Amino acid sequence: MAAAGPVAGEGPVPPLGAAAKPALGRGFRLQWEPAQKAHVLLYPEGMVKLNGSAGEILKRCDGARTVVEIVSDLESAFATTGLEKDVRAFVTVALERQWLEIRE
Amino acid sequence: MSADGGIANVGTPGRGTAQGCVAAALDGTETARGTFVALDATETGRGGAFAALDATEAARGGAVSPEAADAPLSARVGNPGPPLWLLCELTYTCPLHCVFCYNPTDFAKTQQELSTDDWLRVLRQGRELGAVQLGLSGGEPLTRDDLEIIVAEAHTLGYYTNLITSGVGLTEVRIKALKEAGLDHIQLSFQDSTREVNDFLSSTRTFELKSKVAALIKKYEYPMVLNVVLHRLNIDHVQEILEMAQSMQAEYVELANTQYYGWAFHNRERLLPSREQLLRAEETTNRFRDRVGKKMRVLFVVPDYFERRPKPCMNGLGSVFLTVTPDGTALPCHAAKMLPGLTFPNVKDASVEWIWRDSPGFNHYRGDSWMKEPCRSCPEKTKDFGGCRCQAYLLTGDPDNADPVCDLSPHHHLVTEMVEKASAPQPASPVVEHPLIFRDRKNSQALSG
Repeated sequence: MAAAGPVAGEGPVPPLGAAAKPALGRGFRLQWEPAQKAHVLLYPEGMVKLNGSAGEILKRCDGARTVVEIVSDLESAFATTGLEKDVRAFVTVALERQWLEIRE
Repeated sequence: MSADGGIANVGTPGRGTAQGCVAAALDGTETARGTFVALDATETGRGGAFAALDATEAARGGAVSPEAADAPLSARVGNPGPPLWLLCELTYTCPLHCVFCYNPTDFAKTQQELSTDDWLRVLRQGRELGAVQLGLSGGEPLTRDDLEIIVAEAHTLGYYTNLITSGVGLTEVRIKALKEAGLDHIQLSFQDSTREVNDFLSSTRTFELKSKVAALIKKYEYPMVLNVVLHRLNIDHVQEILEMAQSMQAEYVELANTQYYGWAFHNRERLLPSREQLLRAEETTNRFRDRVGKKMRVLFVVPDYFERRPKPCMNGLGSVFLTVTPDGTALPCHAAKMLPGLTFPNVKDASVEWIWRDSPGFNHYRGDSWMKEPCRSCPEKTKDFGGCRCQAYLLTGDPDNADPVCDLSPHHHLVTEMVEKASAPQPASPVVEHPLIFRDRKNSQALSG
């Protein structure tokens, strides 16, 4: 099944570098929907309802922070450690689905 | 279906009642199954540290989520989730006269369109209920000179705004104003790759104009999403259509075979492709996909009549989808006005909340108590909700029957016979037997009886 979103990919997603700063893909919008009590990712004629974890990660993908910074922010916000592997895995999936893109 | 959503998934339901311009896109169907899925991010980090984040989840699985499919259908009655998809058909006025339009054939009866204030009120009330995807269609929505006002209000309210257009009337002045008003997305429809066929099928001369519009859409940095309605008279041009789309740098192309409602139902003898045509077109599409890869995504929507199981039309009427027609009639699907025995309320007389939650017209097909056999005892009823009520009505005369697309339906022969007929050698001049009826006011008045 095709990945979500309007933006055409250019082939396989490159490995997620330490300096990579993920941002929402073009045409995507993230917002909190009170009626669904969830963050949703909106794109042309479609929507992904996110669970709490996905919402928290995507919220921080602003094109200004690296994955390492996002991880550290999450670990501090939720008073925990060891999130990097999971966050990287999610960001990788989100890049494949073009919910996220890396802007240089 | 996974969480990958995508226009593809929204599109698939295009097999739905929608088609043509409104296309697949707006059919709420798979929105609840494919697109409106909860991303199960826990899968990427089940257990372990990720659990810490999961604990913050406010509320997994709201009103509409894959889990909802496991809940009894009766739970939907009187207790619907939000109308996530609001489709505003702003007008029936259209410069095109497409033979496959899903608009009602008696649209000429509509006297008075809603005012700007009426539409703004609908937007506000819909948003309060949780509507979030907004489709603006018609007819041709650009014929309303208050489109920019409507878009601006929708944007302020937090809708994701989708304009579904033929492109006629989309000048640079207007696209600039719409961009500034916050329009998120434009879906442009084409009838074919060649000027002759495009102009013939829409009964106008618009091909060059549409090509210019496509360039404007690029210039204003919208993703290029093309919708091409396929049928017997153009399906053999799929290769050319895809090449045209590629030359326009389309990112997404929906090859939506006509579904048979409204004008298309009236013209179905002329529009249904043969099995051979359909197979050829699919093969061509697959070869093209292999060659182009991810640069251009192509969705191919098969006509319902060729299927053996029905689409989960609108994800069940009254589950996620709300249409308001040009005169303010609220419908649980854009074709539902035809359903006999139901009264649908008007947004001029009632609030969107009452219409959605309480009106008899919207509650009638919620749940499964309306179902007849074979649907009633069918294990698949929570997957396809018995298919499309309008299709059941159009083909069997009873909207409570199983959608005859289903091969478990005792009426399934009605669709297979249509397909056989379309696949058999044709008489030399079918034009005389079944002339194409173009969607225009004069024909609509004649068909209104």
